[in-house]
Amino acid sequence: MSRLLVCPPDYFAVEYEINPWMRRANIVDHERATTQWHRLMEVLEQKMGATLERMRPVPGLPDLVFTANAGVVVGRKAVVSRFRYPERQREEAHFEQWFRAAGYEIVTFDQEFFFEGAGDLLGFPEYWFGGYRQRSEARAFSLLSEYFSREILPLELVDGRFYHLDTCLCPLSGGELLYYPPAFDSYGQQAILERVNEDRRLTVPEEEALKFACNAVCVGTRVALPEDCPATMHRLQERGYQVHPVPLDEFMKSGGSAKCLTLALD
Amino acid sequence: MTTVQETIVLRGHIIDSLILAKVLDLILTMGGAFDLDQVEIGRTREDQSYARIVVRAPTVATLTHILRAIQPHGAVVERDTDCVLQPAPADGVFPEAFYSTTHLPTDVRLNGAWIDVEGVEMDLGIKVDSRRLTAKTVPMADVREGDLIVTGQAGVRVMPLQRPRERDVFAFMESKVSAERPHGHVIADIARRMRALRDEHRAGGARAKVLLAGGPAIIHAGGRDALTWLIEEGFIQVLFCGNALAAHDMEADLYGTSLGYALNAGRAVPHGHAHHLRTINRIRAIGSIRAAVETGVIKSGIMAACIRTGAELVMAGTIRDDGPLPGVITDSMRAQAAMRAAIPGVGLALLVASTLHAVATGNLLPASVPTVCVDINASVPTKLADRGSFQAVGLVMDAASFLGELSRNLGRSV
Repeated sequence: MSRLLVCPPDYFAVEYEINPWMRRANIVDHERATTQWHRLMEVLEQKMGATLERMRPVPGLPDLVFTANAGVVVGRKAVVSRFRYPERQREEAHFEQWFRAAGYEIVTFDQEFFFEGAGDLLGFPEYWFGGYRQRSEARAFSLLSEYFSREILPLELVDGRFYHLDTCLCPLSGGELLYYPPAFDSYGQQAILERVNEDRRLTVPEEEALKFACNAVCVGTRVALPEDCPATMHRLQERGYQVHPVPLDEFMKSGGSAKCLTLALD
Repeated sequence: MTTVQETIVLRGHIIDSLILAKVLDLILTMGGAFDLDQVEIGRTREDQSYARIVVRAPTVATLTHILRAIQPHGAVVERDTDCVLQPAPADGVFPEAFYSTTHLPTDVRLNGAWIDVEGVEMDLGIKVDSRRLTAKTVPMADVREGDLIVTGQAGVRVMPLQRPRERDVFAFMESKVSAERPHGHVIADIARRMRALRDEHRAGGARAKVLLAGGPAIIHAGGRDALTWLIEEGFIQVLFCGNALAAHDMEADLYGTSLGYALNAGRAVPHGHAHHLRTINRIRAIGSIRAAVETGVIKSGIMAACIRTGAELVMAGTIRDDGPLPGVITDSMRAQAAMRAAIPGVGLALLVASTLHAVATGNLLPASVPTVCVDINASVPTKLADRGSFQAVGLVMDAASFLGELSRNLGRSV
C-alpha cells in the first residue's frame, strides 16, 4: 500500500522565477491546473491504488503543491527540506508542522545543508541516489547516508532545466531506472552505467525528458507520467508496466509534474 | 617549484559515485597536484568512505580556484588551527599530551602561519620558541621545565615523502627484504648515488654526506680494506661505530689479527685472544686514536683513513665493551646526541653488519635520507624497512662482499 502526501493547488501560480521553466509572464490557468491536479489524484487513487494524505494549502506559498520537496520520509522519521531559495524557505515550517502532526519524528542535524527532500533523493531499496549542485548540497547526502545507514550515490546535475534529481531520474519498482543521461555530468553517467545493468537502464529521449517524462510516479507495476511521452510509455509497457498518462502542462509552467506533486510517505 | 597547499576532506559514498575520481581529476586539470594523505574505503555498501587530500598548487590564486571548484562536490577544507602549546612540567618530562614526531618533514601552525620543524626525527617532541616563531624537535631527556611543547594533533601537519626523482633502486622500493634478490644492480645504483654525492660534496653541496654505521663483522669478514678505500677516496664522510670495530681495525693494523684470528691465514694465533685488549691498552696509553695515527703507531685501516681524511667519527659504547678506546662515548644519551649532531647534511646512509648501530641510526634519520641496510641476518633489514620509508633498501648479504662489490663499482681495482 502506497501512501502519498499531496497538497491541492488552491494557491498555485508562478509568482517568482527560480528555475528556467518559470516565467511570471506565463500565467497559470488556475481552473485548468485544478482540473489536471484532480485528474492526477484520481489516477493515483483509483487506478494505482495509492492512499492520499492531503495537506492544507497556504496562501502565498504557490509551490507548496510540490510536496516532493517537503522532505524525505524513512519509516517513521522525516527529514524536512532546507530550501536553497528564500522564496521556498517559507514552506519548511508548514511541511514540518504536517510531519509532526502526522506523528513523524523530525530528524535534525548539527550541520545544515541545502537539501530539497525527495526531489533530490530517490532510489531503490538497497541504495539511493542524491542529486546535487543545482539545489541540494553534496554534503547533505553524507549526513543522510550516515543517519539512515544507507548507501547514497551523489550525482551532479549539470543542466539547469533538470534542477532536481526527480526531473531526470526515476527508479522503478522492478529495479529499472528511467533517466535522461545528459542531465548528469560524465562521472555521474558513468557511475549509473557501473551500478545499473544495461537491461535495466531505460533512457528517455531529449524531447520527452523536456516534458518531464522522468517525473513519474511508480506504484507497483503502475506508472503515472505526463502525457505526450510516447517513447517512454512504450519502453515502460515493454517492461510490463501499466502506464497512465496525465495532462500536467499547467504545472510545467513552474517546472514540475507528476512526481513533484507527490511525496512517498512509506 | 614552490607550492601552496591546503588539506581537504571528502566523505560519503565517494568511490562508486566517482566523486573522488572527479575531485582528483579537477585538481589535476586545473593545474594543481595532490597527495592522498589518508583514504579509508567503507567495508560494506552502507559504510561511507573517507579521503583526506593535500591539494597543492603553484600559486595562491590557482589553489583558491581549485578549492572553489571542488567544494560543491563535498570537499571540505580542513579548518586550520594553531598548534596547542603546553609548558614542560619538569626537566626531562614532556607535558602529558605531547605530540610525538615521525621521521617525515613536519610543519606546525603558529599565529596563523605554518613553520617548518627543524630536525626531522621520529619519537621526539616539538619545542616551540614562540617569540622567534621557530620550532625544533627535542629529545625527551633534553627538555627543560617550562619549554613550550606541542601537544595533541591540531595545528601539526606531516608532509608525505615525495617519490625520489632518480629512477633507481630507491625509487621502486617495496618494503620487502629478500635474500634471494639479485644484489648486483642494487649495489650499482648505490655506487652511482655515492659517486654523484661525492661530486656534490666536493662542490660544497649541503646534503651530500654519506654515512656508514658499521659493526665489527666488517673486520672479521674481511671488509676492512674495502671500507678503508671508500673512506680514503672520499666516498664516506661520517662513520658511526662502537668500540669493537675501531679496536679490531687497529688490532689488524698492529697484529694482523681480528679477535685473535690472523686475517690472512684464517687461524688463531698464539695468545691472539689478547690482541684486541693490547691494542686498546696501547691506544689508551697514547691518549687518542688521532694521536696514534698522527704519531705513526697506527699506519693504515679504517681509523687511520678517518683521521687522515677528516671523516667525522662517532663511537658509541656498550655494556660489553673492553677498555674502552679513548673517544668511545659511554653515556648512551650523550652518544645519541653526538650521532644526532652528525646527521644534518647526510644524503645517504649505509648501515652495515650491526643490529645495534643500524637500528640506532635508523631511528635518528629523516625518512627523506635514502638508507641501505646490509646484514647477513634478514631480520635487521626487515626491521629497518618496517620504518615505513620507501627509500630504505635491505640487502641480506655478507658485509665484506657488499663493501668489496661497492668499492669495485666505484673503481677500486683488487
